[in-house]
Amino acid sequence: MASLKPGISVQYTETATIITFAKEKILEERDIQSLQETIMPVVEQSEQVHFILDFHNVQFLSSAVLGLLLRISKKVYEKNSTLRMCGINPKIYEIFKITRLNRIFDIYDDLDAALAAGESAA
Amino acid sequence: MLSKEPVGCSVVVESKSSAAEKVIGQILSKMKAQKFADDDIFALHLGLEEAFINAVKHGNKFDPAKKITITYTIRPEKAEICLADEGDGFAPGNIPDPTLGDNIYKIGGRGLFLIRSYMDEINFNEKGNCICMVKYNSNKNLKPKPEN
Repeated sequence: MASLKPGISVQYTETATIITFAKEKILEERDIQSLQETIMPVVEQSEQVHFILDFHNVQFLSSAVLGLLLRISKKVYEKNSTLRMCGINPKIYEIFKITRLNRIFDIYDDLDAALAAGESAA
Repeated sequence: MLSKEPVGCSVVVESKSSAAEKVIGQILSKMKAQKFADDDIFALHLGLEEAFINAVKHGNKFDPAKKITITYTIRPEKAEICLADEGDGFAPGNIPDPTLGDNIYKIGGRGLFLIRSYMDEINFNEKGNCICMVKYNSNKNLKPKPEN
């Protein structure tokens, strides 16, 4: 089952809830606020315990998005759930490396790898 | 023959996050026209967005009466951008490193760190309400080497 929400699409598989960012650029405060208001209820209401954030559409983001990701990860961990990220392009991954957030987020090359990691951990 | 295209420009924009979209697009187009490397354009784009957000949020505190002046010069060898807000300024040296200790878990505080990481040179005026950033064109290989 998949659903479209402002700025994201959500897919529910047997093993994970996959949240895919739809926009190529995520910059403005209002975009980030809107994403937060969209993603948080998905996390709160999902019966799944494994979440994947897929960035494959995203070509550019600001540091405010990193703050949003930290908020999401906090919410996920409060639910005793897991969060994986995937599809991050090399230029954006460099931002994660520079800020050292690659050390605290669980990041995979693509969706298949993120799903496989969840299956092997189950 | 010398180009009649101006290399520099100064633009005054409102204190809202979407206000710089047009001028940022113009700056990036000029960098592409001057054949800057893609990584340089990405880096300057990031630095510019972060500096502008800081000016809107921390400088002018979203006050619609206050403006932001963006001055830029794009030459084949380097791009220079200055952003001045109408706020009280700040001391750049007092901003904590977001990669150290528990700072890594903080929601904000990474903008200036990213600007420092991605730009080749940055300078502030004494008051701290104007930042000037330089990005050299990697394709021209003219970036000054650090002194020993």
